[in-house]
Amino acid sequence: MKNLTFVVNEKEHTLEINPDEMLSDVLRYRLGLTGTKVSCGEAECGACTVLVDGDPILSCNYPAVKARGKHITTIEGLSEGEELHPLQEAFIKHGAVQCGFCTPGQIVTAAALLNEKPDPTDEDIEYALNDTLCRCGTYPMIINAIHAAADKINQGKLIEYPSFDFGGGHDVVGQVVPRPEAKEKVTGEAIYTDDISFPDMLYGATLRAGVPHGRVKTLDISKARELPGVQAVLTAEDIPGRLNHGLIIQDWPALVGVGQKVRYVGDAIAIVAADTQDIARQALDLIEVDIEPLPAVTDPVDAYKEDAPLVHESGNLLKHIKVNKGDIQKGFQEAEVVFEDTFYTPTYEHAFMEPECSIARVLEDGKVEVYVGSQIPYSDRDQVAEALGVPYHKVRVKGPLVGGGFGGKEDIVGQIHAALLANATGKPVKILYDRHESLLVHPKRHATQITVKLGLKKDGTLTAAQTELYGDTGAYASLGAKVMGRATTHSTGPYVVPNVKIDCYAMYTNNPPAGAFRGFGAFQAAFAIENMMDRVAEALDIDPIELRRKNALREGSITNTGQVLHDSVGLVECIDKTAQAVMKITAGEDPFLSRAVPGEPNKRRAWGFSVTFKNTGLGEGAPDNASAEIEILVDGRVETRISSAEIGQGLVTVLQQITAEELKLPLEQVNIYLSDTDLTPDGGPTTGSRQTYISGNAAKFAAITLRNKILSTLSEKYNLPPDEIILDKGLVHVNGRKLTFAEVRSLMKEEGHEPKLLYEYKSPETTPLGEPGDKHFAYSFAAQAVEVEVDLVTGEVRVVRAVGTTDVGKAINPLGLQGQTEGGLIMGIGHALTEEFIVEDGQVFTDYLSRYRMPSIHHVPDEIQVMIVEDPTSDGPYGGKGVGEISTMPVPPAIVNAIYNACGVRMNRIPVDQDWLAGEIAKEGR
Amino acid sequence: MNHFQEYLQPKSIEEALNDLSSATGSVAVIAGGTDLLLELRQGRHPAIERLVDVSGIDSLRDVRVEGDHIYLGAGVTHKEIISNPLLGEHARCVVEGCGLIGGPQVRNVATIGGNVAHALPAGDGTISLLALDTEVQLATAEGTSWEPLIEIFRGPGEVNFDRKKVLIAGFRFRTKDEKEGSAFQRVMRPQGVAIAILNMAAWLKIGPDGEIERTRISCGPAGPKPFRAYQTEKFLAGKKWDDGVYQQAAEILGGEVSLRTSAHRATKEYRHKLLPVLLQKVIEKAIHRANL
Repeated sequence: MKNLTFVVNEKEHTLEINPDEMLSDVLRYRLGLTGTKVSCGEAECGACTVLVDGDPILSCNYPAVKARGKHITTIEGLSEGEELHPLQEAFIKHGAVQCGFCTPGQIVTAAALLNEKPDPTDEDIEYALNDTLCRCGTYPMIINAIHAAADKINQGKLIEYPSFDFGGGHDVVGQVVPRPEAKEKVTGEAIYTDDISFPDMLYGATLRAGVPHGRVKTLDISKARELPGVQAVLTAEDIPGRLNHGLIIQDWPALVGVGQKVRYVGDAIAIVAADTQDIARQALDLIEVDIEPLPAVTDPVDAYKEDAPLVHESGNLLKHIKVNKGDIQKGFQEAEVVFEDTFYTPTYEHAFMEPECSIARVLEDGKVEVYVGSQIPYSDRDQVAEALGVPYHKVRVKGPLVGGGFGGKEDIVGQIHAALLANATGKPVKILYDRHESLLVHPKRHATQITVKLGLKKDGTLTAAQTELYGDTGAYASLGAKVMGRATTHSTGPYVVPNVKIDCYAMYTNNPPAGAFRGFGAFQAAFAIENMMDRVAEALDIDPIELRRKNALREGSITNTGQVLHDSVGLVECIDKTAQAVMKITAGEDPFLSRAVPGEPNKRRAWGFSVTFKNTGLGEGAPDNASAEIEILVDGRVETRISSAEIGQGLVTVLQQITAEELKLPLEQVNIYLSDTDLTPDGGPTTGSRQTYISGNAAKFAAITLRNKILSTLSEKYNLPPDEIILDKGLVHVNGRKLTFAEVRSLMKEEGHEPKLLYEYKSPETTPLGEPGDKHFAYSFAAQAVEVEVDLVTGEVRVVRAVGTTDVGKAINPLGLQGQTEGGLIMGIGHALTEEFIVEDGQVFTDYLSRYRMPSIHHVPDEIQVMIVEDPTSDGPYGGKGVGEISTMPVPPAIVNAIYNACGVRMNRIPVDQDWLAGEIAKEGR
Repeated sequence: MNHFQEYLQPKSIEEALNDLSSATGSVAVIAGGTDLLLELRQGRHPAIERLVDVSGIDSLRDVRVEGDHIYLGAGVTHKEIISNPLLGEHARCVVEGCGLIGGPQVRNVATIGGNVAHALPAGDGTISLLALDTEVQLATAEGTSWEPLIEIFRGPGEVNFDRKKVLIAGFRFRTKDEKEGSAFQRVMRPQGVAIAILNMAAWLKIGPDGEIERTRISCGPAGPKPFRAYQTEKFLAGKKWDDGVYQQAAEILGGEVSLRTSAHRATKEYRHKLLPVLLQKVIEKAIHRANL
């Protein structure tokens, strides 16, 4: 132990520390300054940035002893009392905050930049924030916010909200409003799971299998149990309830016991709770396990072969999904041209900035409380209860803020383990994954192989589409059947095709499991079909935009599943708006022709185009409902409660806007409380771009029902027709009086009416594949154009411009919409150019963030145009439909199409391998 | 986990050398910690009992003119390098190379000595220093000595001196004269680790007739050690840079390097393709600067 005296945010501290303690740990866990976030723990991402004597450093890899005698500034030290730093204010107003986990690091890094360069250029900002990553892709808004803050500091210019040419139309809905939780996020007060601790809390750690396939022969935990400081070591035998968990199919053992099989490297063998994290990890080394290796199958196509090793006894086929429409043979007979090719998409990692953390504790009444940043709190509750063998109501799941999810926080990871250890020890237990464990364990995006065969008339009319898909769902089902179902139905694109045959095989392998990830199978399908459409356009000598427009789904069109689209099909408008914007940039020249770059003889530029669609909601017969509870609180605020997750997408804002709109309240008079299975009714999973629609509708109808209840109560009391009672600006005007909501609450109580109610919203019915009826109640549509620059010698690719249009039905939260759409675009650029989760023979190569590169501010195109089409859907709130996923989907195919246009090389797989591309360009001799 | 037991922060070179030699168990020098500390914490480096942090030694942080040389202390951070006007004038390639490393957070702690001591074949700082014909100052209990930087490397991650007895104290290279210029360039793979697929630095002096009077070219990874392209340098000496000379130089360079395929980073063929691209860029940039 050493004495450390240093000054943090102007306050001197003296602490006894260990020589190997990092500054981030001392700040977070010793001083409680949890605004400093640890995301990667490997000096890659910048989330943990603090200033040491004014210079930004990465506190996760900075020995605390080095801070002796120095002045540290953390995010908590930037604001002065209630007075926000201009950067903090600008980040809020410019929407530069999404999940918020990277926000403190971004702001602190930007603060150092402004100290050095008070009026930075875009290049200065890009250089300074180059290694400060944001997985929500908020970079464009961060750049705007930094400029706005600089203008305030230098010129005293007021920081204004940006304005948009979409949205509007209502008092609050459609208006630019700040995130309700943005202030906490920019000041470091925001609480994520790891920011919570309890007295006597223990720390959990998990022993992983390390082999992709094998059988546990022996397991000896006795030495680990004897290590001082270890409070519990548990194995499969210690699970009182159900061994397996899983979102749809319960095939995933919480712990793999002796005689049982491990099916991927991340399978859990044993869990430890100890006084410190170090002791818990040391204990793992003392556990002796012998796993007899079994032959592994690591490719979904191999897994389908008859002699393939079996991952599960039931076979490797999780699901064979079929779609048939018309007569496929007739369709190809009618075709004048037929094209066929096979496309590949790799595994991708969500890389949400906040690694997984679960805390469990047993309350006095025996109830187990679990704190976890989950996308499906009720599912977590049920699965924890089933593992513990207790009724559901004996478990309570509470969701702190979530630092990004993108689909990666839908499955169980540490929740059950924390609960088991808390039960065994009687003490609170925290299980925090480091980035390495996060990368190894949670489900990824499905790698796919997709063969597309299209038949067309020479004029470009599609007559037939046949696709065959293999999806790698890894060791466990997770949402694999659903994901690949969405890949199936989206594999013929947003087009009218009279004759369709699709066969999709969702396959188990010994790779890490795959599950939900933004785009949910439809992402992979879009890459294949949109890549193919450009080849078809070229072969038929038809403009690629025109080919898409010709076949595009319109109102009244019948989809490949036989669904008639009745309303809200804004695809053609998206195509036209995007095409016009591109033509404006190219001044009427063909955007798809390869152009030279002045002064850069080795470089060529060209545009690429793609379109896509994405269902809103679960669909295909799954009940898709949400309940909302609404209450007038004693202080006159109205609270809407739903167990739906805010993972950075802006749901709290949307629900607040809707509640305020319907009750004519100022925003600050509306509180939204989410994700608490004891106090908030089930809003269903945050998946499938469904929350604005489903929970939005639940909140809307709850508010309308409350309004009607207020009106009927007052109309009875004052003997007035309800239409003479007016709700306005947070007050209720009745009989010349202005009642506050607090007064309304009292009146309701006096009259025997509860000032609260529960509304259960049920979405329009959908039917499973193969049955008549609608598969989904709404679809969003998008068109995306990108301009790329290709270096013909090095194969380096850069996205120069991106112009896209999305039909969202209604822009309820324009600031959030802009941010999420730009962020989706940037994730799409990442998927095309920087990201690949590499698994070799079942072993994860990309097991550190330094090996899995998410796009940085450096990858932001020079110009981004986000355009919005608002073609309302009849049952959506104010016409709104899903938007969370679609913006990522059309980007990779647009990029590879643009690369072809620039340099003549077709690509059947992503990410773009510049090494390979350079070789192909050389072969082409261009 | 206890990746190390002791973290010593000596204030002088003597103290640091003493901390090193007095260690009874494993010991290592650490500066910014951006490489070693991470490797230790990730279990990719065996635990070390004692770390000797030299970043608090003031004498290692000097940048100064010494006669016709520039002295660059080993403890100078990348941030200090890229913002130092002396280095901007006399060591453009080093400023460029160090400016590409990390973000400001890393550059604020990572030192040039740490980059060199890591002994990677493609360290951006190392490669850029080699183009300046840099000498390295090694400190021992007996005193200090100067050696050509190129001679301290033994293999990937390995140096020719005893790390328990010898400390890299600083570097020196000649001040820039009229008609001299240098440049650094690298190509990265967008996926995966932040180590250059190939990097290159060049220094050159333009002769009275506009010819390249002398040049020095370094690149990596072009073998197990940081590489100086002596044959290419020799060929270029006295030649006027034109397309023909460029083609021949590229061929000679391709012949003297030893490039290989590294999984998930680059193929040998691709590295060979990049070689002339980088050569052209660094030479032309250096010529441009020399003529300013």
